[in-house]
Amino acid sequence: MNWLAYNTLIVLAGTSLLGIVAGVLGSYMVLRRRALLGDALSHAAYPGLGLAFLITGQRHFGGLLTGAFATALIGSWTVGAIRRHTRVKEDAAIGIVLSVFFGLGVVVSRIVQNTTTTGSKAGLDSFIFGKSSGMVAADVRAILLVGVVVLAATLLLAKEFRLLAFDPDFGRVQGWPILLLDIIMMSLVCVTTIVGLPAVGVVLMAALLIIPGAAARFWTDRLGRMLWLAGLFGGVAGACGTLASAWAPSNVGAGPVIILTAAGCFLFSMLAAPRRGAVARMLRHVALARRVAMQNLLRTLYELSEPAWPDPAPLRPGRRAAARGWVEPNSDGWRLTGAGWQRAAEVTRAHRLWEIFLIEEAQVAPTLVDRDAEQVEHVLEPATVRHLEQRLAELGLVPQGLGAAPRRHAALEELEEAPS
Amino acid sequence: MKATADKATGAEPPLRVRDLTVAYHRKPVLWDVELTAPEGKLIGIIGPNGAGKSTLIKAVLGLVPRASGEVLVYGKPYEANRRLVGYVPQRGSVDWDFPVDALDVVLMGRYGRLGWIRRPGRADRQAAMNCLEKVGMAAYAHRQISQLSGGQQQRVFLARALAQEAQLYFMDEPFAGVDAATEKAIVALLHELKASGRTCLIVHHDLQTVSEYFDHAILLNMRVVAQGPTAEVVTRDNLHKTYGGRLTLLEEAATEMARARR
Repeated sequence: MNWLAYNTLIVLAGTSLLGIVAGVLGSYMVLRRRALLGDALSHAAYPGLGLAFLITGQRHFGGLLTGAFATALIGSWTVGAIRRHTRVKEDAAIGIVLSVFFGLGVVVSRIVQNTTTTGSKAGLDSFIFGKSSGMVAADVRAILLVGVVVLAATLLLAKEFRLLAFDPDFGRVQGWPILLLDIIMMSLVCVTTIVGLPAVGVVLMAALLIIPGAAARFWTDRLGRMLWLAGLFGGVAGACGTLASAWAPSNVGAGPVIILTAAGCFLFSMLAAPRRGAVARMLRHVALARRVAMQNLLRTLYELSEPAWPDPAPLRPGRRAAARGWVEPNSDGWRLTGAGWQRAAEVTRAHRLWEIFLIEEAQVAPTLVDRDAEQVEHVLEPATVRHLEQRLAELGLVPQGLGAAPRRHAALEELEEAPS
Repeated sequence: MKATADKATGAEPPLRVRDLTVAYHRKPVLWDVELTAPEGKLIGIIGPNGAGKSTLIKAVLGLVPRASGEVLVYGKPYEANRRLVGYVPQRGSVDWDFPVDALDVVLMGRYGRLGWIRRPGRADRQAAMNCLEKVGMAAYAHRQISQLSGGQQQRVFLARALAQEAQLYFMDEPFAGVDAATEKAIVALLHELKASGRTCLIVHHDLQTVSEYFDHAILLNMRVVAQGPTAEVVTRDNLHKTYGGRLTLLEEAATEMARARR
């Protein structure tokens, strides 16, 4: 079984660990809306590789990393400088830096190939898309070293990074050196990106930073769990990508397969996650539409002076309401049953309380109103609900029949006569 | 407690600002601001939109660069006494979809005293829960923050500031866009803070409630128009100087009415 060969194992360990580290760090980038900065960083690292080769004249690993780190730093600093000192927005600044540095990198790598005798052996092109089969023990050692440092830093500085990501100004007021923390975090992103270049490449590295974190966010509302999950997704993507590319008959590089695996995780999360996922959202929307239709039917029946609903009625909610025993068909339509009467009164009360709330607290109401919430008490403060009920009583709009036996026509007559 | 020890070092006011000037892109936003905040008062910072109310707070706290000026907290430079300072930023300044719950946010108020690397422990959690209790939000401690209403989010921010156990509080528009219940809760909290000798500077936009809520007022429009006890400072004349033509007749009438009510 050649896939268990020593070299494959090396690559497997390297890409898995790289995925874990990128996932954890990338989560912070996603939460800070800095996702694209990772892309700028990896592209800005590219000319540094070529320059290092020009200066040292050989493919010395430490030299290449140093060069990449230097230009990546210059690139991220340039993004910041453009944003601070001009009116150009950050997205435009990132776009400029990303493409200009990449273009510079391509030029430098051509110069390397044409002017040095060993240039063609430098294999600078392989850094564009990554070439994990070309990974050597030194690459994996670098990933291991960076991985340990990054994971240790994110564990030790968990609370500092949380503050930096959520509310840096509050952190500043407490006296935290927010700029230093930001520099630490961006340097970690920088070194992670650079050790990932041999495996995943300049173009795809940003995806490995962004996708696991974005996927993890679907599953949880806790930062800690999100970081663990993002690490897991990244690690799985790294391992699966490497294995799949080793098994694949044609010579597919691991980098693209790693990204595609991560994208699979993301797609699955986006669709299937319980609360934030697309399917869950769609189901909730359908359920909401049904409930609203049902509530409208009940309320309309309640408010019509006679409990008969002329055909053609909204038949679907009508049939569902009949199935629950809330309405029954009569000679020319539907009418409320005893249980339906009680239910309709509750729905009507909730809707009327919300209407009064909307009128009285117009400046804040839109953020609070939940027409679907039959229990107004679950959303608003008890004091507010008491006040609203009082107003409802003043207006004479308290639905009759709440908790009482159905007194159909009598109740509705009272309602009609009540002063409004 | 360290805070009270530092504070007791003399009769210095909680906040003294001298000659503060702030400029964005060369355009001055605040000019030669001189301020003294008396201890144990609720102080409203009032002025039209763009008058630099929030900028004043942020410049004092070092969140925007000062072109000139000196900020003394209990007689020492702000940097030396920042443990005595609490901050309630504008609600819109953070991403409420961030994956933390209400208790996590309040715990951030404890980070300052924890120092590097140490994690909040049981005592910190208890303290944070007490702060949530004080703003009536204990039942929501484990709600993800995007699932809170605007008023509830504002109260979480207040609880976080309480967790700082500060002496001097800066609050940026805590009453903006909150429901009546939250407004009441905030007012009650402010009075509690005042009763325990704390000083609060509060950016406020609603002229009608100024005399109701605040002992002192600072009228601001790029420069300080007037400062002092609310009854003396919030006059028709000063409001005109602060708001200029922007103070509509309606607002004037409302202010007069509010004053007459007292």
